[in-house]
Amino acid sequence: MKLAYWMYAGPAHIGTLRVASSFKNVHTIMHAPLGDDYFNVMRSMLERERDFTPVTASIVDRHVLAKGSQKKVIENISIKDQQEKPDLIVLTPTCTSSILQEDLQNFVKRAKLTTRSDILLADVNHYRVNEIQAADRTLEQIIAFYLDKQSLNCEKTKKPSVNIIGIFTLGFHHQHDFREICRLLKDLNIEINQIIPEKCCVQNLKEILKAWFNIVPYREIGLMAAQYLEKNFQMPYISITPMGLIDTAEWIRQVCHLVENQKTIFNCTNIKQINFEKYIDQQTRFISQAAWFSRSIDAQNLTGKKTLVFGDATHAAAMTKILVREMGINVCCAGTYCQHDADWFREQVQGFCDRILITEDHTQIGNIISQYEPAAIFGTQMERHVGKRLDIPCGVISAPIHIQNFLLSYRPFLGYEGANQIADLIYNSFTLGMEDHLLEIFGGHDVKTVITKELLTDDNLIWQSSAINELQKIPGFVRNRIKRNTEKFARLNQIQKITVEVMYEAKEALAS
Amino acid sequence: MFDLKFECETGNYHTFCPISCVAWLYQKISDSFFLVIGTKTCGYFLQNALGVMIFAEPRYAMAELEEGDISAQLKDYDELKKLCLQIQKNRNPSVLVWIGTCTTEIIKMDLENIALKIETIIGLPILVARANGLDYAFTQGEDTVLSAMVHRCPEYFLPQNQQSSLVVFGSLPSLVSQQLTKELEIQGVNVAGWLPETHYEELPALGSGVYVCGVNPFLSRTATTLMRRRKCQLIGAPFPIGPDGTRAWIEKICQVFNIQPKNLAQRENQIWKNLKEYLSLVKNRSVFFMGDNLLEISLARFLIRCGMIVYEIGIPYLDKRFQASELNLLEKTCNEQGIPMPLIVEKPDNYNQIQRIRALKPDLVITGLAHSNPLEARGIITKWSVEFTFAQIHGFTNVRDILELVTRPLRRNNNLKELGWSELALNNRF
Repeated sequence: MKLAYWMYAGPAHIGTLRVASSFKNVHTIMHAPLGDDYFNVMRSMLERERDFTPVTASIVDRHVLAKGSQKKVIENISIKDQQEKPDLIVLTPTCTSSILQEDLQNFVKRAKLTTRSDILLADVNHYRVNEIQAADRTLEQIIAFYLDKQSLNCEKTKKPSVNIIGIFTLGFHHQHDFREICRLLKDLNIEINQIIPEKCCVQNLKEILKAWFNIVPYREIGLMAAQYLEKNFQMPYISITPMGLIDTAEWIRQVCHLVENQKTIFNCTNIKQINFEKYIDQQTRFISQAAWFSRSIDAQNLTGKKTLVFGDATHAAAMTKILVREMGINVCCAGTYCQHDADWFREQVQGFCDRILITEDHTQIGNIISQYEPAAIFGTQMERHVGKRLDIPCGVISAPIHIQNFLLSYRPFLGYEGANQIADLIYNSFTLGMEDHLLEIFGGHDVKTVITKELLTDDNLIWQSSAINELQKIPGFVRNRIKRNTEKFARLNQIQKITVEVMYEAKEALAS
Repeated sequence: MFDLKFECETGNYHTFCPISCVAWLYQKISDSFFLVIGTKTCGYFLQNALGVMIFAEPRYAMAELEEGDISAQLKDYDELKKLCLQIQKNRNPSVLVWIGTCTTEIIKMDLENIALKIETIIGLPILVARANGLDYAFTQGEDTVLSAMVHRCPEYFLPQNQQSSLVVFGSLPSLVSQQLTKELEIQGVNVAGWLPETHYEELPALGSGVYVCGVNPFLSRTATTLMRRRKCQLIGAPFPIGPDGTRAWIEKICQVFNIQPKNLAQRENQIWKNLKEYLSLVKNRSVFFMGDNLLEISLARFLIRCGMIVYEIGIPYLDKRFQASELNLLEKTCNEQGIPMPLIVEKPDNYNQIQRIRALKPDLVITGLAHSNPLEARGIITKWSVEFTFAQIHGFTNVRDILELVTRPLRRNNNLKELGWSELALNNRF
């Protein structure tokens, strides 16, 4: 047992539901007690979904505990089969129902006899994997199910084409990223064969094999499917995330090299090779504004500013690299909650940050933030709230997210437009450069008394009135930090009364 | 007994898990700490359903069960003791409430006994409430917590003057419980206490000679416990929701205490008069309750009195004895308004309900968030039902708030109707 207030990744069945309900005409039945269908609310509210979420529960109640589900699950499957006529019904256990150890596989087998839709039992262990891992596995499972099933047509498309794997419901900016990837591919003269699973028809999954190779934009979900396809059908894949100018360029190079490679394998040498280096150069220097922005003098003020990054492995790693390589900003700590992917993450950010943090405990990150006091945080909604309490600005770069992160306007994180968006996000997270100086010179906008919210407890330190006056001259957005630092200094040196002199001493001590 | 029609469907409906009661109970009982003993699923639900509250250092937490707990490799007693000591050290509450979940039911964790043992060691009262989705829906969670609390109330001794005492049960925001207390005081009825109060130490005394009366329709278990275990006398009254309900509630209590209520009819009429602008909006409009929080009968009765037509009252669970007065009043209201009796559907099936909504095309559907947006996209106006549980809806003073909620979607759509985009779903099956 462990005490928990907050989790970064949800329970396994949420991952399964996210994948399954992204497909077209796939219905999921949860073997769950009343009230576990909260996923429907999330999808309906966060995604502002217009259609009913294709998820129902086969309710586990006292009768089920006493007698087992018996016919109930099978009945529910056949009722859904008649009502909705889905192509596929996915049956998923939940944390609770998996303890019952009912033979759900057997229910699936028996239901198959009377239904016209395909039926699949989600293969996830609720006590060993989280939402992310379960989604990855479910996607692989559904793809494998249809590729095993069909008589396979391995003929490749005439023009170079790809599958994009891992765009799905409730993903962080997935819809926008997807459009941006499409734009890039179109420029590179590459066709899109299938998008999986968002709005994909399971009956068409056999067409996957027509593509020349696969693209996995986010490594959390889709990697298992891509590896399966590589192993069984010799389809190569690219799992680099085109986030930030440098990685986008690298992504384009890899894509184009792979096209060249496949051309010779498929004997399609008549297709003209595009000059991708010229394309990258053009886009980086003139179409995207991010490269120029970081050279412009306004961005000079960002040099060496201290930031902290936390999120899923994909976004946290990419963001760290962008901050350091493309903006010249210091990352004091980069972290992820994807513990299962810790090695990859370490390898990615090694050398770009002072400290690497792999944890699922939000209090640990909160403490590190209050310890380092970075000028800005790039994290999830949880870090945003920590930032609020400490008066540190935060840009949200990764799930878990709220409804305000499901934006109506076009906000990709990937590709060249994504680079623009990220540059804006970074810049707007810091207090504007000139404002910064002016505040310092003129002593801030406000003359309100010192705000007392803080994380550290005030243990009987007395502030002399002249010191309070001095404190009020300090710009509002750094005042709390100065106050905390001074108190930290006073406590260390066993000073009870804080005078103006103590404040200056503290500042000097900090500078040295 | 009634001319009302009752039906029972499959129970395939959407509602909140009863553990959600911690959200309002930890705020009500300000020196408590709620520990939900369950899995990641429970935690994820609370985290998402309670939204920003999570970030405000709430006085609740999950005791998240891991594989070792499920397979009994770890001792529940040791694990729980460890966590409770940690909570005591960090938060120092006056009472710990353990919320049992589906998982603790299935693995048959003996929470009541473990609580007794740990209670004596750490010197802190521990209440156990089995608010799980196997047995209960949404607001019934509060019912399980309050009925556990009944056992902890001090003993009541009949005073010299032999006067009986009144205890009101049901968790309401302090402001609202004060308003109701005042209404009764005006009539000369003294409220000896509320279950729960804002502090655990202030729990009211119970025993024979104490009359109890509920303010919410989902408290049937608490009522039973009060009667059977503490020998209290239950005043069965309609619930103080809407001016009609509030008046009937006060009248019933007065009747028990042999008091002739004063100016009550006047007070009710005055409230109705103040509602004119809202009533003109709702008159003759039709409503469909999909059902998820057990407030449905009382709300439907009030809306019928407002001049609305109710097609169907979906409800997770109906205790016909506890709600008898409310059902009576509903029937009476229908007759007086001259409208047909609504169909009451226990354990509804959401799929079937959507087919009925499609056929009936009601002016307003009161439903959970899972169906709201999809129905709106099909041109059906909806009101999110959970808001009724969190808003202040009890007593004379708060009637306006109920109608504010009910009419908000109607007013919004009045404002937008010129645009002609009321149906926005592609697959328009309505």
